[in-house]
Formats: sequence, structure tokens, C-alpha cells
Amino acid sequence: MRGEPCPQAPFGRRLCEVAESRESGGYRIFTLIDAEGPAPRPGQFYMLAAAPEWGGEGGRPYLPRAISYARVSENLTGGLRLDFLIDEVGPGTSRLARMEPGESCHLTGPFGSRFSLPRELNPNAAGAILVGGGIGIAPMAVLRRELVDRGIPSRSLLGFRDQAHSGGIDELFGCDSTRLAFEDGSSGHKGYVTDLLLQLLEGDDASSAAVYSCGPPAMLEAVRQICLERKIPVELALESPMACGYGACFGCAVPKAEGGYLRLCIDGPVVRGEEIATAMAGEPAVE
Amino acid sequence: MDLATDLCGIELNGPVLNGSGTFDALAARRVFGDTLIEEFPFHCYVSKTITMNPRPGNPPYRLWETPSGMINSIGLPGPGLDRFLERDLGAMAELGVPLIVSVMADCAEDFEVLVERVAAREEVAAVELNVSCPNVHSGLIVGEQPAETEALMKALRPITAKPLIVKLTPNVANPQEVALGAEAGGADAVSMINTVKAAAIDPVENRTWLGVGAGGLSGPAVRPIALAQVRVVAATIEIPVIGMGGIGDAESALDFILAGARVVAVGTENFRDPRAGSVVTAGLPAALARRGFASLAEAQSAKLD
Repeated sequence: MRGEPCPQAPFGRRLCEVAESRESGGYRIFTLIDAEGPAPRPGQFYMLAAAPEWGGEGGRPYLPRAISYARVSENLTGGLRLDFLIDEVGPGTSRLARMEPGESCHLTGPFGSRFSLPRELNPNAAGAILVGGGIGIAPMAVLRRELVDRGIPSRSLLGFRDQAHSGGIDELFGCDSTRLAFEDGSSGHKGYVTDLLLQLLEGDDASSAAVYSCGPPAMLEAVRQICLERKIPVELALESPMACGYGACFGCAVPKAEGGYLRLCIDGPVVRGEEIATAMAGEPAVE
Repeated sequence: MDLATDLCGIELNGPVLNGSGTFDALAARRVFGDTLIEEFPFHCYVSKTITMNPRPGNPPYRLWETPSGMINSIGLPGPGLDRFLERDLGAMAELGVPLIVSVMADCAEDFEVLVERVAAREEVAAVELNVSCPNVHSGLIVGEQPAETEALMKALRPITAKPLIVKLTPNVANPQEVALGAEAGGADAVSMINTVKAAAIDPVENRTWLGVGAGGLSGPAVRPIALAQVRVVAATIEIPVIGMGGIGDAESALDFILAGARVVAVGTENFRDPRAGSVVTAGLPAALARRGFASLAEAQSAKLD
């Protein structure tokens, strides 16, 4: 954690009510009311587990799931409204996606490190370039909102597989200064979001750039390489299998550039590009 | 209801410990602040296993969720003995509960150094021996061999008067034989169970999921195994048993007490709720009363049919 500190998480898990859950481009966006917690900082995450029927199907899910928040606002009757963007990829995310308004969800956090501001990342930064892929657009949306509030210019590049995996674009991002890439060519640029990043960097002065990214490991590694080759400061919000979120389990190991591992939950999830050996920890390529 | 008890002469305000390696109190203090100290969830804190030299731990992936549990192959990452003694131990003393330090080595000579230097520190109430590592001389995993366990204990026993606890593995046919070896060698207690050997297959890539191929299963999935082993070990040896394996609430904790454990440890449940230890403690009076016990001591001395 650097710069402004992140808030201290309340000790223990707390029950939060599900206020809303709706479909968005093949993903779900659900809203929890956090009556007690401090306002999270962009990049931070929570551990979530539906209170009823967690483990309801064949004993899974058992562990909570680490999910970055996609939006935070004040709740009219007190506390915070936390929005989460979910893609159903396994038993945990499926159960979270099926939560109904009025149900309760166990929540722990906020945990982890925040994104630096562009000037913290690069003293010459003129603004920020945000590169999001799939559900990884969630922390990018939070960072974008923070930059807007601070009057710092940003451009967002968002990449998706297809229309069925492209939720939250309209709700979480304004149309302005946002460019889209779809691998199937159904909208925007046909191809990868990294194509858009390369195009954008061609016309830019790299010395005034600051790049932020969240998305699938292969995309993050591509963004990391693009930036490192051009000496552009880059922060990545990574994901890893994680049991606890607060440094207890040592499960979320990510290889450091200098050797050894960092614990993504407390040393991340936001890391500098040069800090890590790869954004694809555990992938076959680094075995 | 008074839950105070003792373990090998260490006075405890209650019977709930943490399993070694399931709660990094120093990281938790950074995350949760002083509330962690004010509401510390355990009556005794057991450190992560300390080794002679720093260890990075295993390559990812290190975790796999299973039905009602998880497999880990963490690989004992740690700062090494020197840095632990200089940097970490003093901070652990601020937790306000007795401290048990877990140590592991691959030969008796290193174990002797670890026990001597750790036990010499006044912050430390007891030392737990993680014997799940192969002995470099014999190639055998010490904790799977009654004779090796006894020999190691005999080598370590003269080094300190502080309690020595042997962590037993469940990956043997007859854990009571290893427990007898530990007792014969002079151990003051055994803690059990360690994780159950386990593996997982990557559902997409057709390879083993865990970075080192296999790991250890924990959580409620192992609780019935742990209860059976605690029962047979507690019936065999005189020294106390620290019971653990999928404890997630007061009822499951009480199951272990009735199986013969003197005190219990919460492990994997800490990952689901950082306050899991407090949840267990808070539920114990009602659980004891519901099952007809007037005190913890009464349950500790109960004999199962």
C-alpha cells in the first residue's frame, strides 16, 4: 500500500442485505448494503459468501469469493451501497449471481491495496489509460469514477469476448472517452483490447502515460509487457485463488520479479507491473 | 460459564487455539488494526511453522476448494529463524495470550537449534514440532514413524523444560502408535490432525491443479476422520490432545472435547471468518449446557460409550 492509506477493515465478517440484483450483458450486477464498513478505495476487494445455502450443492462453494467492488455510493438510509459485477464461472460466482433482494450475504473487507493516482505512478502523467477486460472492468470503473471526481482525465479501453460476456458497460462507464473491443467483432474494434492500447500509445507521449489494467491473466500479462517495453508505469489488479483475503492462508501467491512470492490479498491486489514476474501465475507457461 | 482450562501447565482463559498456519496474527493486525488485539479470537496463539532458513513456499496454484473443505500446498513460506526471533516474536507477544511456536526441520540437529533458541525466549510458552517433513538422514517422514518420532523427542527433551507438542499426521494407519512414540520420547502433548494428503485435477488443462502436484485437505470434510483419530489417540496416551480438523462452531468443538481432546484448535474456518475462534468460544456455554455439562471440565473428563 502506498500514498494515502487504505481504510482498516472491520474485524470479522458481517451480514449485508442484498438490495438489488440484475442481469447486464450476460453478467450480474448485485448491490449489497454495508451498514458498518468504511468506504473502500479503488482497487480494493471484499470476501463474499451468500449467507443461506452457501455450500448447498454438493458441499460447494465452501470458501468465500474475493470480488472487487464495481461502484460505491451512499445509501439513503445509512451505510454504503456496494455494487459487484459477477460472471458465473463456478459454484461460488453462480451462488452469488443467484442471490435475491432481501437475502443476506457474508462480507469481509475492504481488503488489499488501492490504485495509485496517475501522478503517484508517474510524476509527469497527463492522465490515465484504463484497460479493462471482461468482469475486470469493475475496478476500472471505480478508478475512472475517482479520477472524474478529482478532475483527472482518463481514457478507458474495454475488451470483451462477445455480447454474452459484456456486462456493465453502460451502467459503469459513460460513453465518452470509452473505446470497446469485441473478440467476435460484434461491436467496436474486432480483436483484443490490447490492440486499442497499442494504437493509443502510438499517438501518445509515453513519458506522460500511466496505465491501469484489470482483466484475464493473459490480457494483463500482455498489457504488462507492452508497458514494460515502453517504460510506461503500469498498475495491475490481479486475481488469484484466495481463501481468506487477510493474509492468513498464504494461498494467493504471485511470483515477484526479485524471486519469492507476494501475498496478493495484502501485498495486492493492485501491483506495479515491474513488481511481479508474471501476471499469469499458475498458468502452464510458467510451470 | 467459566471456560478457563490449562494445557501442560499453561493457564488458558478458554480452550480455543488456532491451528498452526491458519491465522497470521501479524498480517491480521495490519489489516484489522488494534481491534484484533482487543477481540483476539483465540485463548492461545500458535505461530506458523518456523524453519531454520527463509522459505519462499510452493509455486502456485496453492489452493483448491473441495466439497466442504479445501486442499492447500502452501509449502511453509516463512522468514527463517533469525528474522522470526528478531522481528516477529516480540509483536506476537502483544497479542495478550500464551504463545506456542511451531518449528520444523529435516534433521534432529536443526530441530535442536530451533527448539533451543525458540524455547529460550520468554515470550514462548511452548513449542510445537511439525514432524511432517522427511528426515534427510533416513528419508522417512518422522511423523509417520513411531521410532523416528520417539528418537527425535528424546533428542529434544533435554533442551527445554517448556512443553513440547508433537503435531500428528493423519496419513498413517495407526496414529496412536506415533502418539505413543511421542509420549515415550517425552512429549507433553500431541496436536492433531494435520491435513489429509489430497490432490486435485485441473478441469481444463488435464494436469494436477496444485503447483507441486498434491497438498493437504482440511475443513469440515476431514472432521469425521479427525474425530476418529483423536478418539483412538486420546484413549491410548496419557498426555493431552489438542484436537482439530474442520471445527467451525461450538458444537463441532465440543465433539472433539468429547472424543478426548483437552483443548481444540480452529483452522480452515478462520479463512471464512477471521473471528471464527470467538464464534466457537461464544457458543460453548450453550453447547455444553445443551449436552448436559455443567462445566468445560465435566466435558473434558466425560467418557464416551
